[in-house]
Amino acid sequence: MQADPATPAGSASHLSPRRPFGDRAFQVLALASGLLVLVILVLIAITMSQQSTQWFTTAGWSGIFSIDWDPANNKFGALTFVYGTVITSVIAIVVAYPVSMGVSLLLTEVVPRRWSQPIVYVIDLLAVVPSVVWGLWGFLVLNPWLQTIYAHVASAVNGIWILGNLFGPLNGNYVSGESFFTAGLVLAIMITPIVTSLSREVMATVPSTDKEGAYALGATRWEMIRGVVWPHSQVGIVGATLLGLGRAMGETIAVALVVGASPTISSHLFVPGYTMPAVIALQFGEATVGEFRAALIGMGVLLFALTIIVNLSARGVVGRNARRMRGTA
Amino acid sequence: MEQPEQDVVEQTVSTRLPRLETTVKASSTTPGTTIFDVSNVSIYYGAFKAVTDVSLPIYEHEVTAFIGSSGSGKSTVLRALNRMNDLVPGARLEGTMTYRDADLYGRGVSATAVRRRIGMVFQKPNPFPKSIYDNVAYGPRINGQRNKAKLDEIVERSLRGAALWDEVKNRLRQSGLALSGGQAQRLCIARTIAVEPDVVLMDEPASALDPIATLAVEDLIRELKQNYTIVIVTHNMQQATRISDRTAFFSVLTDAKNDTRTGVLVEHGPTQQIFEDPQDSRTQAYVTGRIG
Amino acid sequence: MTATTPHQVDLREPSGWRRAKNQFATGAMWFTFLCLLVPLGFVLVTVIAKGASAISWQFLTNGTIPPNILPANVGGMGAAVIGTLEITGFAAVMAIPLGILGAVYINEYGGNRPLSRLISFLSDVMTGVPSIVMGLFVFTIWVLHFGYSGLAGSFSLACLMLPIVIRSSYEMLRLVPNHLREASYALGATKARVTLTVVLPTAVGGIVSGALLAIARAAGETAPLIFTILTVEATNPDLFHGADTALSTQIFTNATQPYTGATDRAWGSALTLIAIAFILMIVARLVTARFNRYPR
Repeated sequence: MQADPATPAGSASHLSPRRPFGDRAFQVLALASGLLVLVILVLIAITMSQQSTQWFTTAGWSGIFSIDWDPANNKFGALTFVYGTVITSVIAIVVAYPVSMGVSLLLTEVVPRRWSQPIVYVIDLLAVVPSVVWGLWGFLVLNPWLQTIYAHVASAVNGIWILGNLFGPLNGNYVSGESFFTAGLVLAIMITPIVTSLSREVMATVPSTDKEGAYALGATRWEMIRGVVWPHSQVGIVGATLLGLGRAMGETIAVALVVGASPTISSHLFVPGYTMPAVIALQFGEATVGEFRAALIGMGVLLFALTIIVNLSARGVVGRNARRMRGTA
Repeated sequence: MEQPEQDVVEQTVSTRLPRLETTVKASSTTPGTTIFDVSNVSIYYGAFKAVTDVSLPIYEHEVTAFIGSSGSGKSTVLRALNRMNDLVPGARLEGTMTYRDADLYGRGVSATAVRRRIGMVFQKPNPFPKSIYDNVAYGPRINGQRNKAKLDEIVERSLRGAALWDEVKNRLRQSGLALSGGQAQRLCIARTIAVEPDVVLMDEPASALDPIATLAVEDLIRELKQNYTIVIVTHNMQQATRISDRTAFFSVLTDAKNDTRTGVLVEHGPTQQIFEDPQDSRTQAYVTGRIG
Repeated sequence: MTATTPHQVDLREPSGWRRAKNQFATGAMWFTFLCLLVPLGFVLVTVIAKGASAISWQFLTNGTIPPNILPANVGGMGAAVIGTLEITGFAAVMAIPLGILGAVYINEYGGNRPLSRLISFLSDVMTGVPSIVMGLFVFTIWVLHFGYSGLAGSFSLACLMLPIVIRSSYEMLRLVPNHLREASYALGATKARVTLTVVLPTAVGGIVSGALLAIARAAGETAPLIFTILTVEATNPDLFHGADTALSTQIFTNATQPYTGATDRAWGSALTLIAIAFILMIVARLVTARFNRYPR
């Protein structure tokens, strides 16, 4: 059997089962490329865990999740950063969710297809702005501007139950433009495009026969959305939101520039804080000592694990929904 | 009547149309109130003229059937009666369509209000992904009915009216999607009559159902016409003869010169007359099965 | 027929409450769109306004980045521009072919086999890995042994781009109708030949567009580069040895500087970076539009 890859298999005068070398080589190449993904993920887990063992062994579980972060005195508790990551991501979701829902519904139910292009362009433009530009703008423009707004809000709610704890000033009159809340806002802007486009896909799968059924009963468009589009899309939207959450948790540069870089745990949202990716980015240059560096890389491992868990849940939720939809279609 | 052309055919095809077996009273009764008056209506989807110059009346408490081959515009006209064509971009109506002397397409007329009074049952049963109870209660709820006792009453009444109550009364919380085809369609009918409309439009309601379920739906339609006015599009001529008082026959008009097709209303009248003594040769050809 | 509604049938709008809710809901939806427009407009206007004054031919090409204290019209960011183009370019050279081949494996060869589904699943998971983790990863596996370099930066960007290219290429390959493949097989072609001569050319529009968008994303990334290139202030033409610089990391370093010269340079670099990303995005759209002109 000729090994010439240029000759198609069936053109031999006899039918030989052996495939040309080129064909096999191509398949192996493709397989290897696919396996690369697996290899990289495994390597990430292994090498980064290796580099951070010093942190795990020295500090132990209690040390890792302590509030004490004091590199000068060899204290590397990560709890404040975990808190900051969670808080800013939650704020991001709380702000981004209604906006994404509104725009998705706008695109799928309200705006005729022909005129939906401009709206989609806006979403795409938002997605393509690099995170460092969001950070630059946030640091130099948004923070000072928001500071004055925060001051007004804080003095207005000072002392009110719950609202005062969240939005009131800390210790009398301290509010800062660089804060958990600003980081959450910037994160919200950054995750809205992906949550919106995924939700749109989900809403597009609602069968039009159901929608017609609702209209035929004399429903207004909003009533149809609430009664038909919403129930059908619930599960997929949860998946989309989880994916947005994953992105918010991992976002580094924009957060690093607007969050204030101050390890804090506080219910007050208008005060500076810190997140895991931000501290890794900002302190890595100074982390030449063994345990310091191990701690930062260890937080990278934590972040890796956390985002994988969130992503897996999102895929699980979305996958189940896709199967259900296909089943009833 | 023409003689059949071959002896072989003569044994199997009678020269006369079969005697109608109907439970419908002979059409000598004078029609009641005019519910719809369709007058020189043409419907366009963008540049495409789907239906040309249709004029016919629809009378109260009768079942009117639209029959005809595919593409003849029957569903288009039906959907125009409750403004469902509004959902298609580029749809446009010329001529007048009135409902109880009110112009359906006039200024200030709300499509939502129209559909509250003129309901529709679709070809493929489309229960919402909710419980049976919530499916039927959806219409009343969006019309503001919140009282639980009243809703219970409405749900029971509608399910009884759709001949479904006995089968589902013990599982009202079960999902509507779990019902069989025939039951699901009756659920959709129950949902439609729960808002107490004036007219119920049906677009081939039994074509996706098995024969047993079809007969159940047809029985239901005969019951329903006592309280509602029914307009039904059907491909099944026997069905039209079984359940309708009046029939309108649509056909396709091909314009070979411009290569266009459009739907036209050929003839309409009492069902018995359409099937036994049609005036137009196209009608005769269709109902004797030679075309369509 | 009369056009007025007679007394017995009232076909006007449903009760005020329902109509009000409907209109309020529609208004709320438009408001959310406004919530998107405002920050986008805000940031674009700011970047253009503040960055335009710094941009000049010298800014874009001068190879020496002056100390931060000097004003923006001294020197330029040419080093960073070249750095960004080189590092991102090399990352693309690595990630795009590998990504396409990976997608080819999943869609053409893998079928429903467990390994193929695992790889598809893992590449989806990998798209969610934060970019900083990729940077740390390349730091531990390469920089610790071979030092900082533009190459390390390219590796980290390539790791970022790989799953994105796999995903978008996979979606495009899936859209190629099967009958095209079957026609090619029927003519006696091997699988490799079918893929290379029929499937890939059919999907090439979408694949290229997806690749361009991945490049746009990578060009703007900062976090992976922090740990791999060790931002310096001069052009380093050698991608493989020695620290390098890029626009994104320069912006990051300059953002927190107290000197106006530094921040002006940061705005100028931001404008440049956005311009690069936008151009790539527009080209991607044009490619999609051109290849969709003749739907198959």
